[in-house]
This record gives sequence, structure tokens and C-alpha cells, in this order.
Amino acid sequence: MTQLLDPTLDHTSDEIMTVEASRALSNGTVCFVGIGLPSTAANLARRLHAPDCVLVYESGCIGAKPTVLPNSIGDGVLAEHADVLVSVPEMFSYWLQAGRIDVGFLGAAQIDRYANLNTTVIGDYDDPTVRLPGAGGAPEIAASCGEVIITLRHSKRTFVEHLDFITSVGHAEGGDHRQRLGLRGRGPTAVITDLGVLRPDPTTKELTLVSTHPGVDVDQVRDATGWDLRVADDVSVTATPTRSELDVLRALKSV
Amino acid sequence: MVDNVRTLEDAISAHVRDGDEVALEGFTHLIPFAAAHEIIRQGRRDLTLVRMTPDIIYDQMIGAGCAKKLIFSWGGNPGVGSLHRMRDAVQDAWPRPLQLEEHSHAGMATRWQAGASGLPFGTLRGYVGTSLPDHTDTIAAIECPFTGEKLTAVPALNPDVGIIHAQQADRDGNVMLWGITGVQKECVLASRRSIVTVEEIVDAFTPHVNAVILPAWVIDSVVVCPGGAHPSYAHDYSSRDNDFYAAWDPIARDRDTFNSWMQEHVMS
Repeated sequence: MTQLLDPTLDHTSDEIMTVEASRALSNGTVCFVGIGLPSTAANLARRLHAPDCVLVYESGCIGAKPTVLPNSIGDGVLAEHADVLVSVPEMFSYWLQAGRIDVGFLGAAQIDRYANLNTTVIGDYDDPTVRLPGAGGAPEIAASCGEVIITLRHSKRTFVEHLDFITSVGHAEGGDHRQRLGLRGRGPTAVITDLGVLRPDPTTKELTLVSTHPGVDVDQVRDATGWDLRVADDVSVTATPTRSELDVLRALKSV
Repeated sequence: MVDNVRTLEDAISAHVRDGDEVALEGFTHLIPFAAAHEIIRQGRRDLTLVRMTPDIIYDQMIGAGCAKKLIFSWGGNPGVGSLHRMRDAVQDAWPRPLQLEEHSHAGMATRWQAGASGLPFGTLRGYVGTSLPDHTDTIAAIECPFTGEKLTAVPALNPDVGIIHAQQADRDGNVMLWGITGVQKECVLASRRSIVTVEEIVDAFTPHVNAVILPAWVIDSVVVCPGGAHPSYAHDYSSRDNDFYAAWDPIARDRDTFNSWMQEHVMS
């Protein structure tokens, strides 16, 4: 039996965000993994409830089984234990574009109420306040994976009314707009933050707060959101990370 | 016997000219840093630099003033954060303005494939609904002539010079690389001239899973350059120097520390 922690919260807000993201991956899922929190969450899932999860890194590693967390998407440890290594054009055309990936994990600098993402620029494109790294694999991961799970820290700077740049399409302008654009994947199904979990409304696709993490109240999430946040009728509390989830996570992060 | 093996200095001075479009590829793995440093030392200017992930290699070339334009898809320091020299050039035009032509990875990979195939453009399902087409004029909507499906076209990449790093060349000048092979095959085949730096020259290749072999006749110059990918790496020869990638962040954050680092480690 997994022992539950004392509710005095023996975990950080980043830890519960990572643990909750790992729970979103079921066993056998083929998952496109980016560096940072997504990679940590996917490797945590593989060590706990999803040992047969197929981790795909955009550098061309399919079925990667890293013994330690990689620092970049192209570390040697990803190539050494992969089922197969493919070139980058093959990765994006035969595997991602062809619809062979179940779940894509994405982060962002900004998100709007329909889970569209900006990782390109803050401010004006031609005279930027902050120039960010840009698109990378994200636009086509967002378009072509079966579903997309987004993780980012919750604040008014990240949860904004209006994106400065749309790098990756979530649910576009809401409703069936994403389908009308011809995007094949279902799009974002969950946004997991350090405060709670949001899911798109089944009809309007507007992000709706469905759970708060232990110790967080709904007003706190509202205050950290740059638009008038939609809240589910019965907001649940995210399950506290178990001892084994935290032990495995901390062991992963310690190497 | 190889007749295309040169010194790095010779190869760069023979093939890389001011104003050229130049691609130094390698997806995290096998990034040709030594060749970039030679281009910086030779003071090449007004280059259009092409690379999916500019990485530290282009942060250094941009900061050193080699580039007027960057064609890319993800400009961060992998696993660390920002590329501060690239950011300074874009935000504050230092040491000179940098024009951007910005794509996604899928778009760049498609452009490389089209370039290697001798086609004028490639097609993909991509960019739809994003702001990228508003700012990048090398993205265009296209209709499938058979199904009517709306797709996206991107033009081929055909740089003047393509430069990659590989593990081995044999005595005939054929080149073999393995591990994460990125877009290196496409880069060499798409470019008008090509340079390959290698860890070593061997009598005969030992087969490797996933090896890419480039025959001597598609390569203009082979240069023996052990450790030429550092701080990136060569699978089975070295590991990625993750500590250096982290250490680069404070070095590149400041113009003076960047300049003195370059003086000490690249220019002298």
C-alpha cells in the first residue's frame, strides 16, 4: 500500500505539478517529451505506474529509457537505450505528422483562455521586450499529437488575456475552431500548474479550473489568472503526492 | 588515398566567403564548434547563418559579429535558458542588427529535405493558426492537387556552404556518423559546398546501428579535428559537456565577459 503523506504538505508546488503531470500518462502511451518538467514527469511515470510508456524525444530517440534525467533533448543517454534512432526529418514527418504520437507535453511563457501558447516573443515582434527561444517542435506537436498536456507555473504574467504571439494553437478561438483549422489532434486536454488543474469546457473549449492543489484556494488561482477565470461547479482537490511518488521524483532529481 | 583532407584553416578559407549563406548543423550532438571558431578567427562577415537550433555555436558567431541574418527554429541554450548574445543582437542590435527568418523544427526539417532532394519547396501540415506566417515570408499556404487538403509550403534550403562534424572518415574520404544524426545528411546534400570535420581517420568503417554514411564524392573537404564538437559531443568519443552549457549563461549575459572569453579561448 502506498502511504499517504501527512497533510502538512511535505512537497513543493513544483513537485505536485510534476507528479500530477506524470499521473496524466497512462501505461503504454506514446509520448512526445520536451526537456525540463515534461521529461521529469514522463520519466517519473515510467518508473511508477507506466513502465511501458514510449518516450519520444525530438532529437530522433524513440523508446528512450534514460538512466538519469537528460540535460538536453539530445544527450547521449537518450540515444544509448532507445528502441530506434531516426533522423530529425523522419521524426517530424513519419512519426509526429503521421499521427503516431498519443500525447505531447508542452510548456510556454504565455497561455490564453483557449490554451493557445506563446514561446516566441514578449512585446512587439519587431521590437521585442523579451525575445524567447521560439517555436522548436511545439507548433506541430500541438497540431498533430492525439492530445496535448500543458504544464506551466500560474501567474498573471503567464495566464494572459491576449497572447503577444501565437506559437502553438490550442483551441484557437474556442468551440470547433481548432477542427475548422484542420488540426488533426484533439488539442490540449489539461493544463497542470503549480496551483491546480484546468481543463477545456467540452463545448466552448474555454479553460475551466477543475481542481486545486492541497492548500490552494480558488481565489488564489483567480488572482493568478489574467482573465476572468471559469471555475467548475465542484472544484476538487488534487490528490496529495504519495510517499513513493515523492521518493522516486527526488531520487530522479538528485542525480 | 584521400585527396580532400585539408587543415581546418585551409578548408574554411577555401569555402566560406563574406556574405555566404552558411549552415553548421548537428542536432545537440556533433555540433561543429571548431569550424565555427575558425570562421570567427578568419573574421568572416555578413553571413546568413542557418541552423535549426542556434545553440552556443551561433551565440558565439552572432556575438563575434559574423552574422547579418539567422534562419532557425529554436534559439535557446538547451537545458539552461536563453542565448544572451542572440537576444542582445535581436533586442539591442549588438554588435550589429540581426535579421530573423523564423520557422518551426518541422518546417526546417522539411526545408532541408527539399534542399537535399533538389526540389524547390517541401510540404507539411504545419503553422496553421499560428502567428509565424505573419512574420516569416517563407511560409505559404498550398492546396493538395489530389485531395484539396490545405497544406503549407516552405522553400528548400540550399546554403552556399554546409558544415558538419562526424566521428570518422576512411582513407578514401568517405564519412560515417552515428548516434543522433539530426539533419546532417540533408545539410551536406543540400549545400553547394561542404566541409566535414571528423574525430579520426580509420582504415575501414566498423558498422554501427543507425550509421549515416556520406560518400567522399559529395564532400568537398574533410578535416581531422578531434574534440571538434566540444561542448557538444561525439557519441562513443565524448559526452555532452552539460557543465559548460550552464557556465555559458553568465559568460554570455554580459558583453565584456563574452568578449574576454572569446579573446582567451577562440581568438588566441
